[in-house]
Amino acid sequence: MTRLLEVKDLKVRFRSDRTIIHAVNGISYSLDEGGSLAVVGESGSGKSVGMLAIMGLIPNPPGWVESGQALFKGRDLLKASEGELRLIRGKEIAMVFQDPMTSLNPVLPIGLQLTEAIQTHLGLDKNQARERAIEMLRMVGLPNPAQRIKDFPFQFSGGQRQRVMIAMALTCTPSLLIADEPTTALDVTIQAQIVELVRDLQKQLGMAIIWISHNLGLVAGVVDTVLVMYSGFIVEQAPVDDLYEHPRHPYTLGLLHAVPKLDTENQERLASIDGMPPDLRKPIVGCPFAPRCPYRQEKCDQQTPPLFEVGPQHQSACWRWQELSKISTFGEPL
Amino acid sequence: MSTPSTLVQVTDLKVHFPIYQGVFRRQVGAIKAVDGVSFSIYKGETLGLVGESGCGKSTTGLAILQLQALTGGQINFNGQDIAGIDESQMRKMRRHMMMIFQDPYSSLNPRMTIGGIIGEPLSVHQIGTPQERAERVQELLRLVGLNPAFINRYPHEFSGGQRQRIGIARALATNPSFIVADEPISALDVSIQAQVVNLLDDLKKQFGLTYLFIAHDLSMVRYISDRVAVMYLGKVMELGSRNNVFDSPLHPYTRALLSAVPVANPKKERARQRIILEGDVPSPANPPAGCRFHPRCAFATQECRAQVPELRNLSTQGKPEHWVACHHAEKLA
Repeated sequence: MTRLLEVKDLKVRFRSDRTIIHAVNGISYSLDEGGSLAVVGESGSGKSVGMLAIMGLIPNPPGWVESGQALFKGRDLLKASEGELRLIRGKEIAMVFQDPMTSLNPVLPIGLQLTEAIQTHLGLDKNQARERAIEMLRMVGLPNPAQRIKDFPFQFSGGQRQRVMIAMALTCTPSLLIADEPTTALDVTIQAQIVELVRDLQKQLGMAIIWISHNLGLVAGVVDTVLVMYSGFIVEQAPVDDLYEHPRHPYTLGLLHAVPKLDTENQERLASIDGMPPDLRKPIVGCPFAPRCPYRQEKCDQQTPPLFEVGPQHQSACWRWQELSKISTFGEPL
Repeated sequence: MSTPSTLVQVTDLKVHFPIYQGVFRRQVGAIKAVDGVSFSIYKGETLGLVGESGCGKSTTGLAILQLQALTGGQINFNGQDIAGIDESQMRKMRRHMMMIFQDPYSSLNPRMTIGGIIGEPLSVHQIGTPQERAERVQELLRLVGLNPAFINRYPHEFSGGQRQRIGIARALATNPSFIVADEPISALDVSIQAQVVNLLDDLKKQFGLTYLFIAHDLSMVRYISDRVAVMYLGKVMELGSRNNVFDSPLHPYTRALLSAVPVANPKKERARQRIILEGDVPSPANPPAGCRFHPRCAFATQECRAQVPELRNLSTQGKPEHWVACHHAEKLA
């Protein structure tokens, strides 16, 4: 497997009212060609901002990339000029966003929006681009594409709009697709359709995918590796089976036990993680999760834990990861 | 178990929204948001109401509290018919039935202090002296796990989870017996959702509350509800105890809905057979004839296209009731 993307020590900051928001605090990960990775975290964990940063999409001001590298096929995206990035975005790396209504232009027919990228990146003429657009819409399962291409975004349902977005992202057969909560605005039955579609297309086209989500359940069946983020840090990273079976960070454990199970009768009380995520306006001292962690020790308040190797390709940023293997539910004493 | 007494009885509830068109704004049709829904809610239970967006679950909740005008049907609350009673009488009833809203950001007045917000139902219903009300507000804040010293702060100073606690405190202020919770946790982060659900559960036990819990998160509904009703396009498709509905669903729609929910277990998730429904939910302005689910149903027959299936009880004597609206439920069981 060849390495497709390697992110090293990425830090992203935003300025707000004379304070600095520490949105992403030194994250490193890598992705192989054709591989799949999920970035899981709650709002404000930096999961989306980290991705926007490598695409060069952080608005400056107020935001900037403080440090780090993002090597895509060996080239550092963070040092690339806007012109170079424009050639990569949409062609090599494509993105699908959460809300398909706001990411499409409401006053242009979707055909025009689809062919724009095709003409820019693939150098096809108008008719060829139209053919290609219809072919893409057929591939994402939109019924009657030759007719629907003249329609405006409001004439589509939420699920159909997301299909159009996916078609648009895939027109140039990118080697990496970043899907930022693509199903959050959709109902579960429609969500299942879209997840199935993306999974099929990934196999068919052999592209790599980064799936950003707040839902540990959703990503369980779609990726190989999961990366859990908390307040701008990676707190745990593991192959998917390992993460759900042997979580080695209290936050991951807490998240897994905070969600009730669909297939179990009379479940015991949900484990809730007390408190709130930390204020990112202050630099974080010690472990970011310490104030909410039932396993906190003195050391946790003072020193930020590094990512320990806790198993094959499994890393956890917890000082007490070894002891954590002894417990089965969140909150149970060590 | 003794026979539970009914707190809320909804009979053939209909809520239609007229569609007007043309120069003379003539009515050309209606969105049938809720179209003949009947169920009862027993004292002390939590009834979960699930369905996808547009199925009419929120409208049902609003209609029960008379926050939405009915097109037809009866609502019986504690032995009294409240459908169509006048507003002054309804006002007296409202202290017994409260609502918790979905969005903790838009459901709290940003210009009122939280003391004012939580105390408002008390002053509206003229309960207690100002001194007693202030004490009650402090008590409520403690009850929902907030510091009583926060009483003079404004909503923007609180996080989403804390605001939802404020919304819960407001709903509890008048000691209601029935609370409609309309997606109370869907705007919150996962780790905060569990806090709020546990709080709702504790309050229910402490005060013997009855909930109508409206949600689209099926695993949370299973966790919190005693019985579950599944809605699709303005109709109840299935209604039964939570374990019946989740472990042996009878309606093809319930099955598809359950199979679409992702579970946090990679091995199970990969092995699962998903029932992927084709297409989208049809428009409630022009619902399909016969069974409303038939265009997306794999088991649909001529009968389904022609005849509306009635909601019928399929459980045997002595077992908990299990209602389903499907012509072929017996064969599918």
